Amino acid sequence: MPRVRLLEVAHARSGDKGDCTNIGLIALRPELYPLLVEQVTADRVKEHFRELCKGRVDRFELPKLHALNFLLHQSLDGGGTVSLRTDAQGKTYSAALLRMEIDVP
Amino acid sequence: MTGADTIRVANAQGFWGDSLEAPLLQMRQGPIDYLTLDYLAEVTMSILQKQRARDGNAGYARDFVEMIGRGARDIVERGIKVVANAGGVHPIACAEAAALALQRAGVSNGVKIGVVLGDDILPRLDELLDRGVPLCNMDTGEPLAVIRSRVQSANVYLGAAPIAEALGRGAQIVITGRCADAALTLGPAIHEFGWRMDDWARLAAGTVAGHAIECGTQSTGGNCQYDWESIPEFDNIGYPIAEIGREGGVVITKHQGTGGRVNVPGVTEQLLYEIGDPSTYITPDVIADFTSIDLEQDGTDRVRLSGAAGRPATDFSKVSISYTSGFRAIGLLVYGWPDAARKARKAEEILRARLDHLGLTFDAIHAEYIGANACHGDALSGPSHPDTPEVALRVGVRGKDRKAVERFTREIAPLALNGPPVVTYVGGRPKVEEVVAYWPALIPKAEVSWNVVMKEVHA
Repeated sequence: MPRVRLLEVAHARSGDKGDCTNIGLIALRPELYPLLVEQVTADRVKEHFRELCKGRVDRFELPKLHALNFLLHQSLDGGGTVSLRTDAQGKTYSAALLRMEIDVP
Repeated sequence: MTGADTIRVANAQGFWGDSLEAPLLQMRQGPIDYLTLDYLAEVTMSILQKQRARDGNAGYARDFVEMIGRGARDIVERGIKVVANAGGVHPIACAEAAALALQRAGVSNGVKIGVVLGDDILPRLDELLDRGVPLCNMDTGEPLAVIRSRVQSANVYLGAAPIAEALGRGAQIVITGRCADAALTLGPAIHEFGWRMDDWARLAAGTVAGHAIECGTQSTGGNCQYDWESIPEFDNIGYPIAEIGREGGVVITKHQGTGGRVNVPGVTEQLLYEIGDPSTYITPDVIADFTSIDLEQDGTDRVRLSGAAGRPATDFSKVSISYTSGFRAIGLLVYGWPDAARKARKAEEILRARLDHLGLTFDAIHAEYIGANACHGDALSGPSHPDTPEVALRVGVRGKDRKAVERFTREIAPLALNGPPVVTYVGGRPKVEEVVAYWPALIPKAEVSWNVVMKEVHA
Protein backbone atom coordinates (compact mmCIF):
# COMPACT_ATOMS: atom_id res chain seq x y z
CA MET A 1 0.00 0.00 0.00
CA PRO A 2 1.59 3.34 -0.99
CA ARG A 3 2.33 5.78 1.79
CA VAL A 4 1.87 9.46 0.92
CA ARG A 5 2.01 12.77 2.68
CA LEU A 6 -1.37 14.32 3.56
CA LEU A 7 -0.30 17.11 1.20
CA GLU A 8 -1.12 14.71 -1.67
CA VAL A 9 -4.70 14.07 -0.53
CA ALA A 10 -5.84 17.09 1.49
CA HIS A 11 -5.58 20.84 2.01
CA ALA A 12 -5.79 22.76 5.25
CA ARG A 13 -5.96 26.09 7.09
CA SER A 14 -5.09 26.86 10.70
CA GLY A 15 -5.69 29.66 13.18
CA ASP A 16 -5.74 30.38 16.90
CA LYS A 17 -7.94 31.02 19.93
CA GLY A 18 -5.82 31.90 22.93
CA ASP A 19 -3.32 29.09 23.52
CA CYS A 20 -5.23 26.68 21.25
CA THR A 21 -4.62 26.10 17.53
CA ASN A 22 -7.35 24.87 15.21
CA ILE A 23 -6.53 23.05 12.00
CA GLY A 24 -9.18 22.39 9.37
CA LEU A 25 -8.18 19.44 7.16
CA ILE A 26 -10.14 19.01 3.91
CA ALA A 27 -10.00 16.04 1.53
CA LEU A 28 -9.03 17.02 -2.02
CA ARG A 29 -11.78 14.70 -3.30
CA PRO A 30 -14.82 13.29 -1.44
CA GLU A 31 -13.67 9.67 -1.88
CA LEU A 32 -10.50 10.45 0.08
CA TYR A 33 -12.41 11.62 3.18
CA PRO A 34 -12.86 8.13 4.72
CA LEU A 35 -9.08 7.68 4.64
CA LEU A 36 -8.68 10.84 6.69
CA VAL A 37 -11.33 9.73 9.19
CA GLU A 38 -9.68 6.33 9.55
CA GLN A 39 -6.05 7.35 9.78
CA VAL A 40 -5.75 10.96 10.93
CA THR A 41 -6.85 10.25 14.48
CA ALA A 42 -6.56 12.66 17.42
CA ASP A 43 -3.89 10.38 18.91
CA ARG A 44 -1.79 10.47 15.75
CA VAL A 45 -2.08 14.24 15.49
CA LYS A 46 -1.06 14.59 19.13
CA GLU A 47 2.00 12.40 18.45
CA HIS A 48 2.81 14.32 15.25
CA PHE A 49 2.77 17.65 17.14
CA ARG A 50 4.39 16.32 20.33
CA GLU A 51 7.08 19.00 20.20
CA LEU A 52 4.63 21.90 19.79
CA CYS A 53 1.41 20.82 21.51
CA LYS A 54 1.53 20.38 25.30
CA GLY A 55 -2.17 19.67 25.83
CA ARG A 56 -4.76 17.34 24.38
CA VAL A 57 -5.97 17.13 20.77
CA ASP A 58 -9.72 17.08 19.97
CA ARG A 59 -11.06 15.98 16.60
CA PHE A 60 -14.41 16.84 15.00
CA GLU A 61 -15.92 15.45 11.79
CA LEU A 62 -17.65 17.45 9.03
CA PRO A 63 -18.70 14.72 6.57
CA LYS A 64 -20.67 17.07 4.29
CA LEU A 65 -17.59 19.22 3.75
CA HIS A 66 -15.30 16.13 3.64
CA ALA A 67 -13.31 17.75 6.41
CA LEU A 68 -11.97 17.26 9.92
CA ASN A 69 -11.32 19.98 12.49
CA PHE A 70 -8.59 19.56 15.10
CA LEU A 71 -8.07 21.58 18.28
CA LEU A 72 -4.52 21.49 19.62
CA HIS A 73 -4.67 22.72 23.21
CA GLN A 74 -1.69 24.48 24.83
CA SER A 75 0.12 24.62 21.53
CA LEU A 76 1.20 28.28 21.26
CA ASP A 77 3.51 28.89 24.23
CA GLY A 78 0.76 30.76 26.08
CA GLY A 79 -1.06 32.32 23.12
CA GLY A 80 -0.57 34.96 20.44
CA THR A 81 0.28 37.94 22.63
CA VAL A 82 2.49 36.04 25.10
CA SER A 83 4.30 33.50 22.92
CA LEU A 84 7.98 33.80 22.00
CA ARG A 85 7.51 31.68 18.88
CA THR A 86 7.80 32.99 15.32
CA ASP A 87 4.46 31.40 14.53
CA ALA A 88 2.69 32.68 17.62
CA GLN A 89 -0.77 32.17 16.11
CA GLY A 90 -0.31 28.71 14.60
CA LYS A 91 -0.81 30.03 11.09
CA THR A 92 1.62 27.48 9.60
CA TYR A 93 0.42 24.48 11.64
CA SER A 94 -1.88 23.52 8.77
CA ALA A 95 1.17 22.82 6.63
CA ALA A 96 2.88 21.00 9.50
CA LEU A 97 -0.07 18.59 9.60
CA LEU A 98 0.21 18.05 5.82
CA ARG A 99 3.64 16.50 6.43
CA MET A 100 1.97 13.52 8.11
CA GLU A 101 1.96 10.30 6.07
CA ILE A 102 -0.99 7.99 5.52
CA ASP A 103 -1.55 4.76 3.56
CA VAL A 104 -3.64 4.97 0.41
CA PRO A 105 -5.05 1.90 -1.40
CA MET B 1 -37.69 46.23 7.07
CA THR B 2 -37.06 47.28 3.49
CA GLY B 3 -38.39 45.78 0.31
CA ALA B 4 -35.27 44.04 -0.98
CA ASP B 5 -35.23 40.27 -1.33
CA THR B 6 -31.45 40.06 -1.44
CA ILE B 7 -28.80 42.29 0.08
CA ARG B 8 -25.13 42.46 -0.83
CA VAL B 9 -22.90 42.72 2.23
CA ALA B 10 -19.27 43.39 1.37
CA ASN B 11 -16.35 42.92 3.74
CA ALA B 12 -13.31 45.12 3.23
CA GLN B 13 -11.21 44.67 6.36
CA GLY B 14 -10.24 41.38 8.01
CA PHE B 15 -8.15 42.96 10.78
CA TRP B 16 -6.70 46.36 11.71
CA GLY B 17 -3.81 46.54 9.31
CA ASP B 18 -5.61 45.10 6.30
CA SER B 19 -5.56 46.90 2.91
CA LEU B 20 -6.33 50.63 3.09
CA GLU B 21 -7.70 50.55 -0.48
CA ALA B 22 -10.11 47.64 -0.08
CA PRO B 23 -13.03 49.64 1.41
CA LEU B 24 -12.92 52.15 -1.45
CA LEU B 25 -12.63 49.45 -4.10
CA GLN B 26 -15.52 47.48 -2.61
CA MET B 27 -17.72 50.58 -2.99
CA ARG B 28 -16.49 51.51 -6.48
CA GLN B 29 -16.04 48.21 -8.32
CA GLY B 30 -19.67 47.13 -8.28
CA PRO B 31 -22.98 47.33 -6.44
CA ILE B 32 -23.12 46.70 -2.68
CA ASP B 33 -25.62 47.60 0.02
CA TYR B 34 -23.46 47.25 3.13
CA LEU B 35 -19.75 47.63 3.78
CA THR B 36 -18.54 45.75 6.87
CA LEU B 37 -15.14 46.31 8.43
CA ASP B 38 -13.70 44.06 11.13
CA TYR B 39 -10.81 45.75 12.95
CA LEU B 40 -10.68 43.98 16.29
CA ALA B 41 -8.43 41.02 16.99
CA GLU B 42 -8.01 39.80 20.59
CA VAL B 43 -4.74 41.68 20.97
CA THR B 44 -6.06 44.88 19.36
CA MET B 45 -8.34 45.72 22.28
CA SER B 46 -5.47 45.88 24.77
CA ILE B 47 -3.38 48.04 22.41
CA LEU B 48 -6.33 50.43 22.07
CA GLN B 49 -6.82 50.49 25.84
CA LYS B 50 -3.18 51.56 26.28
CA GLN B 51 -3.66 54.31 23.68
CA ARG B 52 -6.75 55.57 25.51
CA ALA B 53 -4.88 55.56 28.83
CA ARG B 54 -2.26 57.88 27.30
CA ASP B 55 -4.76 60.06 25.41
CA GLY B 56 -8.39 60.30 26.49
CA ASN B 57 -9.52 60.95 22.90
CA ALA B 58 -7.82 57.83 21.48
CA GLY B 59 -8.69 54.13 21.67
CA TYR B 60 -10.31 53.40 18.31
CA ALA B 61 -9.18 52.28 14.82
CA ARG B 62 -7.81 55.43 13.21
CA ASP B 63 -7.66 53.77 9.78
CA PHE B 64 -11.44 53.79 9.82
CA VAL B 65 -11.67 57.57 10.18
CA GLU B 66 -9.27 58.05 7.29
CA MET B 67 -11.40 55.67 5.22
CA ILE B 68 -14.60 57.60 6.06
CA GLY B 69 -12.94 60.80 4.84
CA ARG B 70 -11.70 59.27 1.60
CA GLY B 71 -14.93 57.35 0.96
CA ALA B 72 -17.44 59.93 2.20
CA ARG B 73 -18.82 60.72 -1.24
CA ASP B 74 -19.12 57.05 -2.19
CA ILE B 75 -20.96 56.27 1.04
CA VAL B 76 -23.47 59.08 0.67
CA GLU B 77 -23.96 59.20 -3.10
CA ARG B 78 -24.24 55.43 -3.48
CA GLY B 79 -26.33 55.06 -0.32
CA ILE B 80 -24.01 52.43 1.13
CA LYS B 81 -24.35 51.63 4.82
CA VAL B 82 -21.15 51.04 6.73
CA VAL B 83 -20.96 48.73 9.76
CA ALA B 84 -17.64 48.61 11.60
CA ASN B 85 -16.31 47.58 14.99
CA ALA B 86 -13.82 50.42 14.63
CA GLY B 87 -14.94 51.87 17.96
CA GLY B 88 -12.49 49.70 19.86
CA VAL B 89 -12.51 50.83 23.49
CA HIS B 90 -13.83 54.32 22.70
CA PRO B 91 -16.73 54.18 20.19
CA ILE B 92 -17.93 57.71 21.04
CA ALA B 93 -14.58 59.27 20.20
CA CYS B 94 -14.52 57.23 17.01
CA ALA B 95 -17.96 58.53 16.02
CA GLU B 96 -16.90 62.13 16.71
CA ALA B 97 -13.80 61.72 14.58
CA ALA B 98 -15.86 60.09 11.80
CA ALA B 99 -18.38 62.97 11.93
CA LEU B 100 -15.55 65.46 11.58
CA ALA B 101 -14.15 63.51 8.62
CA LEU B 102 -17.58 63.65 6.94
CA GLN B 103 -17.85 67.39 7.55
CA ARG B 104 -14.39 67.97 6.10
CA ALA B 105 -15.37 65.97 3.02
CA GLY B 106 -18.32 68.32 2.64
CA VAL B 107 -21.08 65.70 2.48
CA SER B 108 -22.25 65.84 6.04
CA ASN B 109 -25.78 67.16 6.22
CA GLY B 110 -28.17 64.78 7.84
CA VAL B 111 -25.93 61.73 7.84
CA LYS B 112 -26.68 59.63 10.91
CA ILE B 113 -24.10 57.66 12.83
CA GLY B 114 -25.29 54.97 15.24
CA VAL B 115 -22.94 54.15 18.11
CA VAL B 116 -23.33 50.87 19.98
CA LEU B 117 -22.36 51.09 23.65
CA GLY B 118 -22.33 48.62 26.52
CA ASP B 119 -19.54 46.18 25.65
CA ASP B 120 -16.98 47.89 27.90
CA ILE B 121 -17.33 46.49 31.43
CA LEU B 122 -13.92 47.62 32.71
CA PRO B 123 -15.51 50.26 35.00
CA ARG B 124 -17.91 47.62 36.37
CA LEU B 125 -15.43 44.84 37.14
CA ASP B 126 -15.22 45.34 40.92
CA GLU B 127 -18.98 45.64 41.22
CA LEU B 128 -19.41 42.41 39.25
CA LEU B 129 -16.82 40.54 41.33
CA ASP B 130 -18.43 41.86 44.56
CA ARG B 131 -21.80 40.54 43.45
CA GLY B 132 -20.38 37.07 42.85
CA VAL B 133 -19.78 37.10 39.09
CA PRO B 134 -16.33 35.46 39.15
CA LEU B 135 -15.39 35.91 35.45
CA CYS B 136 -13.33 32.70 35.64
CA ASN B 137 -10.83 31.98 32.88
CA MET B 138 -12.60 29.67 30.42
CA ASP B 139 -9.40 27.71 29.82
CA THR B 140 -7.93 27.40 33.32
CA GLY B 141 -10.95 27.92 35.60
CA GLU B 142 -9.08 30.49 37.73
CA PRO B 143 -11.17 33.42 39.09
CA LEU B 144 -10.44 36.91 37.77
CA ALA B 145 -9.47 38.05 41.27
CA VAL B 146 -6.05 36.40 40.68
CA ILE B 147 -5.12 39.01 38.05
CA ARG B 148 -7.61 41.80 38.87
CA SER B 149 -4.95 44.44 39.58
CA ARG B 150 -3.32 43.89 36.18
CA VAL B 151 -6.45 44.06 33.98
CA GLN B 152 -6.12 46.43 31.01
CA SER B 153 -9.43 45.98 29.21
CA ALA B 154 -12.66 43.98 29.59
CA ASN B 155 -15.20 43.84 26.80
CA VAL B 156 -18.31 41.76 26.27
CA TYR B 157 -18.96 40.37 22.79
CA LEU B 158 -22.26 41.99 21.82
CA GLY B 159 -24.48 40.50 19.12
CA ALA B 160 -26.38 41.67 16.06
CA ALA B 161 -29.42 43.22 17.78
CA PRO B 162 -27.81 46.61 18.58
CA ILE B 163 -26.55 46.89 15.00
CA ALA B 164 -30.01 46.14 13.62
CA GLU B 165 -31.50 48.72 16.01
CA ALA B 166 -29.04 51.41 14.88
CA LEU B 167 -29.88 50.71 11.24
CA GLY B 168 -33.58 50.78 12.10
CA ARG B 169 -33.11 54.26 13.54
CA GLY B 170 -31.68 55.44 10.24
CA ALA B 171 -27.94 55.06 10.76
CA GLN B 172 -25.87 55.30 7.60
CA ILE B 173 -22.78 54.38 9.59
CA VAL B 174 -22.80 52.01 12.58
CA ILE B 175 -19.82 52.01 14.92
CA THR B 176 -19.48 49.33 17.58
CA GLY B 177 -16.85 48.33 20.08
CA ARG B 178 -16.34 44.62 20.76
CA CYS B 179 -18.99 42.55 19.03
CA ALA B 180 -19.09 39.11 17.49
CA ASP B 181 -17.40 39.31 14.09
CA ALA B 182 -20.34 37.67 12.33
CA ALA B 183 -22.75 40.21 13.89
CA LEU B 184 -21.44 42.86 11.50
CA THR B 185 -23.09 40.86 8.69
CA LEU B 186 -26.04 39.40 10.61
CA GLY B 187 -27.16 42.82 11.89
CA PRO B 188 -27.92 44.19 8.40
CA ALA B 189 -29.84 41.00 7.48
CA ILE B 190 -31.99 41.24 10.60
CA HIS B 191 -32.69 44.89 9.84
CA GLU B 192 -33.50 44.39 6.16
CA PHE B 193 -35.62 41.27 6.44
CA GLY B 194 -37.09 41.68 9.91
CA TRP B 195 -35.84 38.27 11.00
CA ARG B 196 -37.07 37.35 14.45
CA MET B 197 -34.43 36.92 17.13
CA ASP B 198 -35.59 33.33 17.66
CA ASP B 199 -35.60 32.39 13.98
CA TRP B 200 -32.62 30.10 14.61
CA ALA B 201 -32.19 28.78 11.07
CA ARG B 202 -32.04 32.24 9.49
CA LEU B 203 -29.86 33.64 12.27
CA ALA B 204 -27.50 30.70 11.68
CA ALA B 205 -27.47 31.38 7.93
CA GLY B 206 -26.59 35.04 8.51
CA THR B 207 -23.92 34.03 11.02
CA VAL B 208 -22.32 31.57 8.60
CA ALA B 209 -22.37 34.25 5.90
CA GLY B 210 -20.62 36.59 8.33
CA HIS B 211 -18.03 33.99 9.27
CA ALA B 212 -17.36 33.31 5.59
CA ILE B 213 -16.50 36.96 4.82
CA GLU B 214 -15.16 38.30 8.12
CA CYS B 215 -11.51 37.58 7.33
CA GLY B 216 -11.36 39.55 4.10
CA THR B 217 -9.86 37.69 1.18
CA GLN B 218 -9.46 34.41 3.05
CA SER B 219 -12.63 33.38 1.21
CA THR B 220 -11.66 34.85 -2.18
CA GLY B 221 -8.23 33.26 -2.63
CA GLY B 222 -6.05 34.97 -0.03
CA ASN B 223 -3.98 32.71 2.22
CA CYS B 224 -5.61 29.79 0.45
CA GLN B 225 -3.67 26.53 0.43
CA TYR B 226 -5.77 24.79 -2.23
CA ASP B 227 -4.06 25.02 -5.63
CA TRP B 228 -2.71 28.44 -4.67
CA GLU B 229 -0.48 28.92 -7.68
CA SER B 230 -3.41 28.95 -10.08
CA ILE B 231 -5.27 31.71 -8.21
CA PRO B 232 -5.36 34.71 -10.58
CA GLU B 233 -4.22 38.28 -9.98
CA PHE B 234 -3.33 38.47 -6.29
CA ASP B 235 -2.35 42.11 -6.85
CA ASN B 236 -5.94 42.92 -7.76
CA ILE B 237 -7.63 40.45 -5.42
CA GLY B 238 -11.33 41.08 -4.84
CA TYR B 239 -12.68 41.20 -1.28
CA PRO B 240 -15.68 39.02 -0.47
CA ILE B 241 -19.37 39.79 -0.78
CA ALA B 242 -22.17 37.81 0.84
CA GLU B 243 -25.46 37.91 -1.04
CA ILE B 244 -28.04 37.17 1.62
CA GLY B 245 -31.65 36.35 0.76
CA ARG B 246 -34.77 37.04 2.76
CA GLU B 247 -35.27 33.31 3.36
CA GLY B 248 -31.68 32.78 4.49
CA GLY B 249 -30.05 31.80 1.20
CA VAL B 250 -26.39 32.81 1.01
CA VAL B 251 -23.96 33.13 -1.90
CA ILE B 252 -20.32 34.13 -1.39
CA THR B 253 -18.92 36.05 -4.34
CA LYS B 254 -16.79 39.08 -5.32
CA HIS B 255 -16.96 41.90 -7.84
CA GLN B 256 -16.50 41.01 -11.52
CA GLY B 257 -13.19 42.09 -12.95
CA THR B 258 -11.28 41.56 -9.71
CA GLY B 259 -8.58 38.99 -9.06
CA GLY B 260 -8.66 36.05 -6.70
CA ARG B 261 -11.12 33.17 -6.86
CA VAL B 262 -14.25 32.04 -5.07
CA ASN B 263 -14.63 28.27 -5.15
CA VAL B 264 -15.82 25.49 -2.86
CA PRO B 265 -12.36 24.45 -1.55
CA GLY B 266 -11.46 28.06 -0.75
CA VAL B 267 -14.72 28.81 1.06
CA THR B 268 -14.40 25.50 2.94
CA GLU B 269 -10.98 26.57 4.23
CA GLN B 270 -12.51 29.78 5.58
CA LEU B 271 -15.51 28.02 7.18
CA LEU B 272 -13.06 25.91 9.18
CA TYR B 273 -10.93 28.90 10.19
CA GLU B 274 -10.73 29.61 13.93
CA ILE B 275 -13.62 27.40 14.91
CA GLY B 276 -13.93 24.89 17.75
CA ASP B 277 -16.62 22.21 17.77
CA PRO B 278 -18.19 22.76 14.32
CA SER B 279 -21.60 21.55 15.48
CA THR B 280 -21.64 24.24 18.19
CA TYR B 281 -20.42 27.58 16.85
CA ILE B 282 -21.49 29.87 19.67
CA THR B 283 -22.33 33.53 19.04
CA PRO B 284 -24.32 35.96 21.19
CA ASP B 285 -27.31 35.49 18.84
CA VAL B 286 -27.43 31.79 17.99
CA ILE B 287 -25.59 28.50 18.12
CA ALA B 288 -24.84 27.62 14.50
CA ASP B 289 -24.18 24.08 13.28
CA PHE B 290 -21.51 24.01 10.57
CA THR B 291 -21.76 20.23 10.10
CA SER B 292 -25.09 20.60 8.29
CA ILE B 293 -23.81 23.10 5.71
CA ASP B 294 -23.80 22.24 2.00
CA LEU B 295 -21.58 24.13 -0.43
CA GLU B 296 -21.99 24.19 -4.19
CA GLN B 297 -20.44 26.12 -7.04
CA ASP B 298 -23.12 28.43 -8.40
CA GLY B 299 -21.34 29.90 -11.41
CA THR B 300 -17.96 31.53 -11.75
CA ASP B 301 -16.72 32.98 -8.45
CA ARG B 302 -20.00 32.12 -6.73
CA VAL B 303 -20.39 29.58 -3.94
CA ARG B 304 -23.80 28.83 -2.48
CA LEU B 305 -24.05 27.98 1.23
CA SER B 306 -27.16 26.22 2.46
CA GLY B 307 -28.44 24.03 5.25
CA ALA B 308 -26.92 25.82 8.25
CA ALA B 309 -28.89 24.74 11.30
CA GLY B 310 -29.34 26.92 14.36
CA ARG B 311 -30.21 26.43 18.02
CA PRO B 312 -31.09 28.90 20.79
CA ALA B 313 -28.23 31.05 22.01
CA THR B 314 -26.74 30.39 25.44
CA ASP B 315 -27.51 32.43 28.57
CA PHE B 316 -23.94 33.71 28.69
CA SER B 317 -21.89 36.24 26.77
CA LYS B 318 -18.18 35.90 26.21
CA VAL B 319 -15.92 38.54 27.72
CA SER B 320 -12.51 39.35 26.33
CA ILE B 321 -10.21 40.53 29.13
CA SER B 322 -6.58 41.53 28.70
CA TYR B 323 -4.00 41.93 31.46
CA THR B 324 -0.31 42.66 31.78
CA SER B 325 1.91 39.70 32.43
CA GLY B 326 5.58 40.69 32.57
CA PHE B 327 8.01 41.57 29.80
CA ARG B 328 9.68 40.04 26.81
CA ALA B 329 12.35 40.76 24.19
CA ILE B 330 13.37 38.92 21.04
CA GLY B 331 16.64 39.31 19.13
CA LEU B 332 17.99 38.11 15.79
CA LEU B 333 21.45 37.11 14.48
CA VAL B 334 21.97 35.66 11.00
CA TYR B 335 24.62 32.96 10.41
CA GLY B 336 25.89 32.20 6.89
CA TRP B 337 27.15 29.12 5.04
CA PRO B 338 28.71 26.71 5.79
CA ASP B 339 27.05 24.87 8.68
CA ALA B 340 24.81 27.85 9.38
CA ALA B 341 22.46 25.95 11.67
CA ARG B 342 25.33 24.51 13.75
CA LYS B 343 26.75 27.99 14.25
CA ALA B 344 23.36 29.28 15.35
CA ARG B 345 23.00 26.43 17.84
CA LYS B 346 26.46 27.08 19.23
CA ALA B 347 25.63 30.78 19.63
CA GLU B 348 22.48 29.89 21.55
CA GLU B 349 24.50 27.65 23.86
CA ILE B 350 27.00 30.44 24.52
CA LEU B 351 24.24 32.97 25.16
CA ARG B 352 22.44 30.73 27.64
CA ALA B 353 25.71 30.16 29.52
CA ARG B 354 26.40 33.89 29.69
CA LEU B 355 22.90 34.60 31.00
CA ASP B 356 23.64 31.98 33.67
CA HIS B 357 26.96 33.65 34.56
CA LEU B 358 25.06 36.91 35.01
CA GLY B 359 22.59 35.20 37.33
CA LEU B 360 19.61 36.14 35.14
CA THR B 361 16.51 33.95 35.29
CA PHE B 362 13.41 34.05 33.10
CA ASP B 363 10.02 32.35 32.89
CA ALA B 364 10.97 31.23 29.38
CA ILE B 365 13.97 31.32 27.06
CA HIS B 366 13.11 30.23 23.55
CA ALA B 367 15.42 29.82 20.55
CA GLU B 368 14.51 29.06 16.96
CA TYR B 369 16.53 28.68 13.79
CA ILE B 370 14.74 30.53 11.00
CA GLY B 371 15.51 28.75 7.75
CA ALA B 372 15.85 25.43 9.52
CA ASN B 373 12.99 24.74 11.92
CA ALA B 374 11.43 27.95 13.28
CA CYS B 375 7.79 27.25 12.52
CA HIS B 376 7.53 23.50 13.08
CA GLY B 377 10.36 22.53 15.43
CA ASP B 378 13.08 19.89 15.06
CA ALA B 379 10.86 16.83 15.12
CA LEU B 380 8.86 17.90 12.06
CA SER B 381 11.50 19.92 10.21
CA GLY B 382 14.29 17.33 10.25
CA PRO B 383 18.03 18.07 10.23
CA SER B 384 19.26 21.18 8.47
CA HIS B 385 21.46 20.62 5.41
CA PRO B 386 25.10 21.76 5.90
CA ASP B 387 24.85 23.73 2.64
CA THR B 388 21.82 25.76 3.81
CA PRO B 389 22.78 29.29 2.71
CA GLU B 390 21.85 30.99 5.96
CA VAL B 391 20.00 30.47 9.21
CA ALA B 392 18.80 33.14 11.61
CA LEU B 393 19.06 32.56 15.32
CA ARG B 394 15.93 34.10 16.81
CA VAL B 395 16.09 34.05 20.58
CA GLY B 396 13.67 35.52 23.07
CA VAL B 397 13.08 35.68 26.82
CA ARG B 398 10.00 36.34 28.91
CA GLY B 399 9.91 37.19 32.60
CA LYS B 400 8.43 39.32 35.38
CA ASP B 401 11.63 41.31 36.00
CA ARG B 402 11.97 44.14 33.49
CA LYS B 403 15.64 44.71 34.43
CA ALA B 404 16.56 41.12 33.62
CA VAL B 405 14.85 41.32 30.24
CA GLU B 406 16.59 44.64 29.57
CA ARG B 407 19.97 43.08 30.44
CA PHE B 408 19.28 40.21 28.03
CA THR B 409 18.84 42.67 25.15
CA ARG B 410 22.47 43.80 25.65
CA GLU B 411 23.85 40.27 25.36
CA ILE B 412 22.81 39.64 21.73
CA ALA B 413 24.97 42.10 19.78
CA PRO B 414 28.28 41.07 21.41
CA LEU B 415 27.82 37.57 19.95
CA ALA B 416 28.52 39.05 16.52
CA LEU B 417 32.11 39.60 17.57
CA ASN B 418 32.69 37.16 20.41
CA GLY B 419 30.86 34.08 19.11
CA PRO B 420 30.80 31.77 16.05
CA PRO B 421 31.88 33.23 12.66
CA VAL B 422 30.07 34.32 9.48
CA VAL B 423 27.40 36.29 11.25
CA THR B 424 25.51 39.51 10.76
CA TYR B 425 23.46 41.34 13.36
CA VAL B 426 19.98 42.43 12.33
CA GLY B 427 17.68 45.13 13.54
CA GLY B 428 19.54 46.83 16.37
CA ARG B 429 19.12 46.10 20.07
CA PRO B 430 15.82 44.35 20.75
CA LYS B 431 13.07 46.35 22.43
CA VAL B 432 11.63 45.32 25.77
CA GLU B 433 7.88 44.87 25.36
CA GLU B 434 5.19 44.57 27.99
CA VAL B 435 3.41 41.24 27.62
CA VAL B 436 -0.38 41.49 27.43
CA ALA B 437 -2.14 38.21 28.07
CA TYR B 438 -5.69 37.25 27.16
CA TRP B 439 -8.32 36.06 29.65
CA PRO B 440 -11.52 34.70 28.09
CA ALA B 441 -14.49 34.52 30.48
CA LEU B 442 -18.28 34.19 30.53
CA ILE B 443 -20.81 36.62 31.96
CA PRO B 444 -24.55 35.95 32.40
CA LYS B 445 -26.48 37.83 29.72
CA ALA B 446 -28.68 39.34 32.44
CA GLU B 447 -25.60 41.33 33.53
CA VAL B 448 -25.10 42.82 30.07
CA SER B 449 -26.94 45.87 28.82
CA TRP B 450 -26.31 47.73 25.60
CA ASN B 451 -27.71 50.87 24.09
CA VAL B 452 -27.49 52.78 20.83
CA VAL B 453 -26.64 56.46 20.67
CA MET B 454 -27.47 58.34 17.47
CA LYS B 455 -25.38 61.21 16.21
CA GLU B 456 -26.52 63.36 13.31
CA VAL B 457 -23.81 65.12 11.34
CA HIS B 458 -24.31 68.74 10.32
CA ALA B 459 -21.96 71.04 8.50
